[in-house]
Amino acid sequence: MASFKPTKIQVYPKLGEKVTQDTLYWKNYKAPVQIKEFGAVTSIDFSPVTPHNFAVTAFTRIHIYGPFSQEPVKSFTRFKDTAYCGRFRSDGQLLVAGCEDSVVRLFDVSGKVALRLFKGHTKAVHLTDFTSDRYQILTGSDDYTCRLWDIPNATELTTYTEHADYIRCGVTSKLNRDLFITGSYDHTVKLFDARVEKSVITMDHGQPVESVLLYPSEGLLVSAGGRHVKVWDLLKGGQPLVSLKNHHKTVTSLALSSNGQRLLSASLDRHVKVYNTTNYKVVHNFDYAASILSLGLAPDDASIVVGMTNSILSIKHRKNQEDSKEVAGQQRRRPSYRVFVKGKNYVPKQDDYLVSKPVKEHLAKYDKQLQRFNVSKALDTALGTYIRFRKPEITVAVIKELDRRGTLKNALAGRDERGLSQLLNFIIGNLVDARFTPVLVTAAEMILDIYQSVIGQSPVVDRQLLRLQDLVKREIEFQKDLLEVLGMLDTMFASSLPRKEVPCSGIGRSNGLTQGEPSTSKPQLQVT
Amino acid sequence: MVEHGDIRVVHCGGSKINFRDPVITHDSRFLLCASGEAVKVFSTSTEECIHELRGHTGLVTGVLLRPSNHLQVYSSSLDGTLRLWDFTDGILIKTCVIGYPIYSFYASAKHENVIFIVASMPSDKRAERFQLVAVHLPQSGDQMVEAQELSAVLSGVNPNPAAIAFGRGGEFIASVNDLQLEVYFFKKQKSFRFFLKEDNKKGGWNTFTCVACHPKDDCIATGHEDGKIRLWRNFNHNKEYTYSTLHWHHSAVSSLCFTPEGTNLLSGGVESVLIQWRYNQESERDFLPRLGGAITHITVSPDGSLFCTSHSDNKITIIQSCVKVSAVIQGLVKGDSIRTDLMMDPRSKALVLNGKPGHLQFYSLQRDKLLYNLDIVQQEYIHESGLQQFEVVKAAFDASGSWLATVEERHQKVAELELNLKLWAFDEQTQSFVLNTTISAPHDAQITAMCFCQATDSQTTLLVSTSKDGHFKAWQLAAPAHTEGTDDEGPSWLCDFVSAYHGLVPECCSFSADGSLLAVAFQEVVTVWSPSTWELLTTLSQPPGAVSDLCFGRLSCSKYLLGTTASNLLCWNLLTCSLEWTTSMDVRRLVADPLSENMAAFCYQSGSTDLFVFKPSEPRPLFSHKAVCSGKVTQAVFAPREEMLESCKESRQWLNRSQLYFLTQQMDLMTFTTKAEEDRLLASSKQLVIDDSVAMTPFYLLLGKHRQQQLEHQDSDSSLWAERTALPQTSASMKELLQTPAHVLPSTSYLCSMFVQSLLISVSDAREEKAHAEEEMESEKEEEDSEEEMESSRSKPELAAAAATESDTPALTKAQARELRRVRKLDHSWLAGLLDS
Repeated sequence: MASFKPTKIQVYPKLGEKVTQDTLYWKNYKAPVQIKEFGAVTSIDFSPVTPHNFAVTAFTRIHIYGPFSQEPVKSFTRFKDTAYCGRFRSDGQLLVAGCEDSVVRLFDVSGKVALRLFKGHTKAVHLTDFTSDRYQILTGSDDYTCRLWDIPNATELTTYTEHADYIRCGVTSKLNRDLFITGSYDHTVKLFDARVEKSVITMDHGQPVESVLLYPSEGLLVSAGGRHVKVWDLLKGGQPLVSLKNHHKTVTSLALSSNGQRLLSASLDRHVKVYNTTNYKVVHNFDYAASILSLGLAPDDASIVVGMTNSILSIKHRKNQEDSKEVAGQQRRRPSYRVFVKGKNYVPKQDDYLVSKPVKEHLAKYDKQLQRFNVSKALDTALGTYIRFRKPEITVAVIKELDRRGTLKNALAGRDERGLSQLLNFIIGNLVDARFTPVLVTAAEMILDIYQSVIGQSPVVDRQLLRLQDLVKREIEFQKDLLEVLGMLDTMFASSLPRKEVPCSGIGRSNGLTQGEPSTSKPQLQVT
Repeated sequence: MVEHGDIRVVHCGGSKINFRDPVITHDSRFLLCASGEAVKVFSTSTEECIHELRGHTGLVTGVLLRPSNHLQVYSSSLDGTLRLWDFTDGILIKTCVIGYPIYSFYASAKHENVIFIVASMPSDKRAERFQLVAVHLPQSGDQMVEAQELSAVLSGVNPNPAAIAFGRGGEFIASVNDLQLEVYFFKKQKSFRFFLKEDNKKGGWNTFTCVACHPKDDCIATGHEDGKIRLWRNFNHNKEYTYSTLHWHHSAVSSLCFTPEGTNLLSGGVESVLIQWRYNQESERDFLPRLGGAITHITVSPDGSLFCTSHSDNKITIIQSCVKVSAVIQGLVKGDSIRTDLMMDPRSKALVLNGKPGHLQFYSLQRDKLLYNLDIVQQEYIHESGLQQFEVVKAAFDASGSWLATVEERHQKVAELELNLKLWAFDEQTQSFVLNTTISAPHDAQITAMCFCQATDSQTTLLVSTSKDGHFKAWQLAAPAHTEGTDDEGPSWLCDFVSAYHGLVPECCSFSADGSLLAVAFQEVVTVWSPSTWELLTTLSQPPGAVSDLCFGRLSCSKYLLGTTASNLLCWNLLTCSLEWTTSMDVRRLVADPLSENMAAFCYQSGSTDLFVFKPSEPRPLFSHKAVCSGKVTQAVFAPREEMLESCKESRQWLNRSQLYFLTQQMDLMTFTTKAEEDRLLASSKQLVIDDSVAMTPFYLLLGKHRQQQLEHQDSDSSLWAERTALPQTSASMKELLQTPAHVLPSTSYLCSMFVQSLLISVSDAREEKAHAEEEMESEKEEEDSEEEMESSRSKPELAAAAATESDTPALTKAQARELRRVRKLDHSWLAGLLDS
């Protein structure tokens, strides 16, 4: 006697992206904390020392947030105009920021008033940074110049006027105190050496450069501008390595994950993309509500901070490993398990005769009902709220099974207004899903056949039937369009591909048609 | 002209075992059932076939235990004879010639020496009018008797054996036919008839299908076409009869049976559920669902401990008192049509074909036994007529047998075609096929052909399927697409290549033996592709007629490609891309032998099928056989032999390495054998018959061999054993004694002395103690004489037999006796000495 074979639930291939290690890693963040700033957030910089506070530059203020606080730990508000590019020194003690009013201010993180003011630029300063020896400041400005300043004296050391347009981004080397890189709206990225008078390497990005980033090893340089993100090999004299074009609007900000394995780019198209730095493929994608201007990644990827044009700062904290484990442990310890644990750890002795208990096969509720040929009940079970919304494939599989048994009509018939509208709702929701269409079309036809006599009695059902009709009409239109496109593509491919002649030898063809030659070698198959 | 005198077409196993209801013997150890022209005796515990009672020349139509002797069994056949058998030893005891084809027969303990048979009487002019006839068996000792006394009891009966039953141990007989129940009382010689309306109010069909009578009570149970069971009582009055109705079955009740004590009624039908109704408490019933195919017969063992159901899928299930299935005897399942071709499983060398609905069956040809059923569809089978079920339509094995591809389809009138392509991997641990990949809707229309790349050394396995949608697709085993192996799903099958040719429908495809070429026939055009680059290499065509079968030559003939059209057999040379030869014949099936260059072509000609075996390179056929069978042959396969034959004759050489099996239109499995092979088989089967009633399981064979070896080993070691086995005559006579059925043997008292004598040890030289021995001999002679005197009072033939057996043994036995006595004496003295000390 064979046992009852349960309804086979078709396993459909997962649509959309596959779950990879990266997806799991980058999805493991809590829901974002959103903080409203006073204006567009233009810059985010993490302090290199613990507790890794971060400076957020927005409008005329710079706020410093702690790792878990939602209120700023500290604010610098003494700007006359829009502030730009608040950056920490490598010891986390000092902060430098540019300003629309061309003055560069240096703050003590614990203080309030600017320690130094660096005046010399004639236009807004969008780039400020400390050199690695901590005693100098690099600035870049809309007056096409970039300058080096001495902190103690607040004097200008050098001025470089090689760029032909605004300088909006730049970075100093963490390994060498004399090297720094600037990116400009004149499409170039230049590497300067403070020991010589002019730039050492010039790289043409092709678009106004919005952001530059050095790898920790400082052999590779990443520049972002326009829709492109480009990687340059500095050790080969600025040779372009890769050009990535994954955004459809200007890329505004770049960041590197803490282990240097992943590169993040943020763009005005409201996406943050994560690239694998070995093959430069996009491994993950974050969506945000507005165009992104700035992006910051805490050490150990503990949080992702994104500043947007709608002046909202979004902070995502990584989920704790311990938290998730605790939840799982709680789930496992069910009370029923404790009841049945009795005698489970009993070890049979040598002479004991083990009576094996027949394994009771677990059947789903709808399967039990199908086993008893309760077709309507089985369909009701399969249309339960959870299954209907979460696992529509089960509902469809049950409908398919009923159809196979030839009892779908019986199961669909005899429903009241509520039951019927529930059923129609499900069909409307899933009919256009290509995986379910063949089954549900059959069911829909049957419903129309069964209930055509009562159409017009219930406004709810009538409305749903009209929706169904619209849906089907629209779907047919789509299919038509698709077929047209397919036809066009076919003709295009056929005309573009070189026509290949099949080597069909002339001999072969003539042999196939002429009767004279093969008859000589005709075998004499004769029946005895 | 090829001689083929010694090659014969023979039926090959797989006969029906569910044709008539099986019989369980009184001790519940054996189960007997009619199977083709023989009666098979199965063991109920081991499911093995122990004997085949062969002798009938027509289809066996019934098996019945002899009411007066429960070690004997009657069988009836369409050849017009009744035969009495001893089923424990498989010996034919008596043959009774009736003269009319017997459709079914009945016997009861009350009517001694009378058998009731259903036969169609030639006196009736109307076609197929059956009568129940009582036959008085003549009492004579002859092996072959002719029954003279025939008397008709009832006329117009149903030839179905379930339609007639004896009631209350033979007081009356109940017969149903169409809408009429007829009860005939033997004592009063009176019959009552009860009629039902053709259909009742609810539109059910009232036609009777079967009848069963309560063994103790006056109660008749009848089954009906609409699934109802009626229990008739008070039927010895024409007017005052009553009946009650039980209804569970949704379609016709095919079999009814009361348990021997009458406490339960068993019923079964197409639903494949065995129902046990409590007699007099009909609301209580037990179910045993999902037994397999539709139940055709139900029988109960005489002691009521075993139930037994036969099923439409050629299966007999033995059930222990409706609690659990204890054994299943499964024959070759033959459906209405074999949609899959005949195939050989390269691993188990089993024949693979459609079995139960939604299953593939693996059938061992050597052992004539169904190995197992592989569930392809994996869905609950709904027993309902008119329901479109999933059917396995195509299957293919790869060269090593590690992959199996199956196609199942379900075609509905309104909805579109449902197609599934499934790929099964052989699992070494469980020794069975495990589902690897399911591809739903691999093509838009039906799949016409499917084949694996047969090259054994290729790295990747390739499967090609052709479909009526005009495309052919290549499927390849591919590793999971993840670059970073995160989850181990194992490799699965993906579509590698899709192609079409001018919108024509591909009908068949074939890989060359080395897997370097793929030929796909698109109606009249054969396209040749290279599977490595998927380049169209060449096209071949030979109009008119679409190519229906393609086959590459093998080994030395691998440059040839053979194709068949409706009127021609074509052979192309692939080196020159030209037609090598063609011959006009209607080839229905072309099979290539995997082990040689040989090809077999079955061609249909004027109502029958001819077979040609040929090599593509040679114009003359190796072998031809006209009119192999009537009708068309569309399925055939070459099965490799387990051991090669050594036949040097040219016409027989093609059978040396492999054997050709084919299915006729009537779904009979046939094969070709040579005379030498048949002789060998016959010898081996005789050897099997000699063995006693212990079931011939492989385990037994193994142990038996082991024991024999042990014995031989002991023989060589111990002198005692050597002495014993040095007496070939005695051992032979002993064997004869033990293996002859008890009722043919002389009396036990006589045999006992003989047996004891045969055990005694003879001496090679009887010179010593001659005088003493002579004295002993005297006394022994006297003993024997007295025995003979006793015997003489018994019947004559026994005496004659005894004399015959005695004539060749006495000299030896006396010598043995003498020796024994000598040994005895020696023993005594030695023992006494031992005791004293």
